[in-house]
Amino acid sequence: MSMLSFEKKYRVRGGTLVGGDLFDFWVGPFYVGFFGVLTIFFSLLGTALLIWGAALGPTWNIWQINIEPPDLSYGLGLAPMREGGIWQLTTICAIGAFGSWALRQAEISRKLGMGYHIPIAFSVAIFAYIALVVIRPMLLGAWGHGFPYGILSHLDWVSNVGYQYLHFHYNPAHMLAVTFFFTTTLALSLHGALILSVTNPKKGEPVKTPEYEDTFFRDTIGYSIGALGIHRLGLFLALNAGFWSAVCIIISGPFWTRGWPEWWNWWLDLPIWS
Amino acid sequence: MRHDNFRKTTLSLTVLAAAAALAACENPANMEAEQIGWRGVGMEQVTNRRTEEALRAANEMPEITPPVTPGGPRAGDIYQNVEVLGDLTITEFNRLMTAVTAWVSPDEGCNYCHVPGDFASEDIYTKVVSRRMFEMTKTINEDWHAHVGDTGVTCYTCHQGKPVPDYLWFEERGGPPQAGGMAASRAGQNLAGPQVGSSSLPNDPFTPFLLGEEEIRVIPTTVLPEGSNPRNIMDTEWTYALMMHMSDGLGVNCTFCHNSRSFFSWDGSPPQRVTAWHGIRMTRELNQVYLDPLQPVYPDSQLGPHGDAPKANCATCHQGVHKPLYGANMLQHYPELMAVSRTGRDDDMRAEARDNGAGPAIDTAAEEALEAARQAIDAMDEAAEMAEDDYADEEDGDDI
Repeated sequence: MSMLSFEKKYRVRGGTLVGGDLFDFWVGPFYVGFFGVLTIFFSLLGTALLIWGAALGPTWNIWQINIEPPDLSYGLGLAPMREGGIWQLTTICAIGAFGSWALRQAEISRKLGMGYHIPIAFSVAIFAYIALVVIRPMLLGAWGHGFPYGILSHLDWVSNVGYQYLHFHYNPAHMLAVTFFFTTTLALSLHGALILSVTNPKKGEPVKTPEYEDTFFRDTIGYSIGALGIHRLGLFLALNAGFWSAVCIIISGPFWTRGWPEWWNWWLDLPIWS
Repeated sequence: MRHDNFRKTTLSLTVLAAAAALAACENPANMEAEQIGWRGVGMEQVTNRRTEEALRAANEMPEITPPVTPGGPRAGDIYQNVEVLGDLTITEFNRLMTAVTAWVSPDEGCNYCHVPGDFASEDIYTKVVSRRMFEMTKTINEDWHAHVGDTGVTCYTCHQGKPVPDYLWFEERGGPPQAGGMAASRAGQNLAGPQVGSSSLPNDPFTPFLLGEEEIRVIPTTVLPEGSNPRNIMDTEWTYALMMHMSDGLGVNCTFCHNSRSFFSWDGSPPQRVTAWHGIRMTRELNQVYLDPLQPVYPDSQLGPHGDAPKANCATCHQGVHKPLYGANMLQHYPELMAVSRTGRDDDMRAEARDNGAGPAIDTAAEEALEAARQAIDAMDEAAEMAEDDYADEEDGDDI
């Protein structure tokens, strides 16, 4: 593995969160660190557990392999391995691996003297996963409320849990999440197109300056958010998409048991017109 | 300073919005979940203990009237003008009358259905209606075992101490026609329908499905569109509306009867779906044979905005509970209800209704409403087709 000429001077010791110098080295281009080791440990163990679960199951069809959470009757206790225990251990491994990855990102940020924007952003995705398999199950009182690990089975779970609230599109947080997901792709595509339009000119033409980017949007919609602003907006949109997805599932069950359309009756029942 | 104020305003607005959103929700400490399928597939009923308690309290079986000793003269021989309760002994007859008064008109008393001083008189519409209701109750308990099982129903199942049951339906025709083509009927668009779980789906799925016999199943049976399934997305909204009503009326969610990975598949469905299937057929018969034909009997004050009789849907008996009165077997304490004799006219009408589908048992008003619903669906279909044609034309145009 080669190293870029300027990389060497950034490869400095220190800045680790735990363990001091232990594992504070690189393997080829990759920084290892304590959390890198932890990530490898949890992801290998978790994958092995999934393969074991698949071996116990009826099929090796990749679409149909299904590692289910325990029955609701186990509540928040541990279940036997074949009856949801594998799911429980896999969940611990997944959270361990995702969390370690975020902390490894934090260590690298520290080494480079950067902000923590990346690990914080990644943590929102971890939060969404934890919302599904830890927070909501704990609020409802059983690990069995988590989603199963399987390509098709988790879709069945999504579908059935949605239909538990009759019409999930009326879930206010789901509305926000969907809107943020679409807006994220809109912003990203506009931004990508804009940058390519100024930096990929025809052969022989000069690359345009950021003033062209700003002017394009001022001409189009009267306002340009600016070169820094677009990235703030992008992060804001993307994190909100993940955050409101987590909220929309946490409130379904723990905070609302009926059909989501009915939730909106607060609007119909406002004293101004009812 | 301006910046600080902006921050404060934003913060307080956010807190206020969050508080308002939470206030509209339920208390998270009260939830209880029941697993109804294989683990991990989300086949669950989640309930709120507090609202469940209130529902249980509201759906308790009333005190049983002390039974009477058998024997004695027939009511039909002693009293005048007893058509359907003639085979009861007079003690049974009086027990049933006392019970029914407590179930249906506790405040109004006997005179709700009887002319004071002349119990035999037919000059009061409620008597004519209640006679049909006795026959209807017998039909439910005798012919619809597939739906009501051994539990059966009594007058109290629907009436719960009120002369008019809480949950009834009248025809709604999607509001006044607004424009032509696709916009002619709102079909519930932008209207929160109280009978369809507050969704903005067609507000009256009952006229086509619970009075008429329109096909409820919309899911194709082939993987690819082969033209064999005439149902389109707009048809599914009617079905969805009916299902919303069923869920709401029974206080359950879709997974009570369906595994949503394949709504139509009977293999993956909980057994409750079979009971519900019979329930739909039962409700159709009750509306076609008993409730809708009573239209001429009612005074205008009891009729719907389109002049139709009050009719039954799932909520009429279920009252928000998956088993009416939480499955309490009330009928066994009132064998008198099974001694009702149904008139011959009644059997003829039922046979006719069964032979003819939505047959002559449906009066003209109902037929009109049904036709209006069909036309609304057809108009939407046509408009959709026209739109497709236009699109196709435009594409052709491009080629030239």
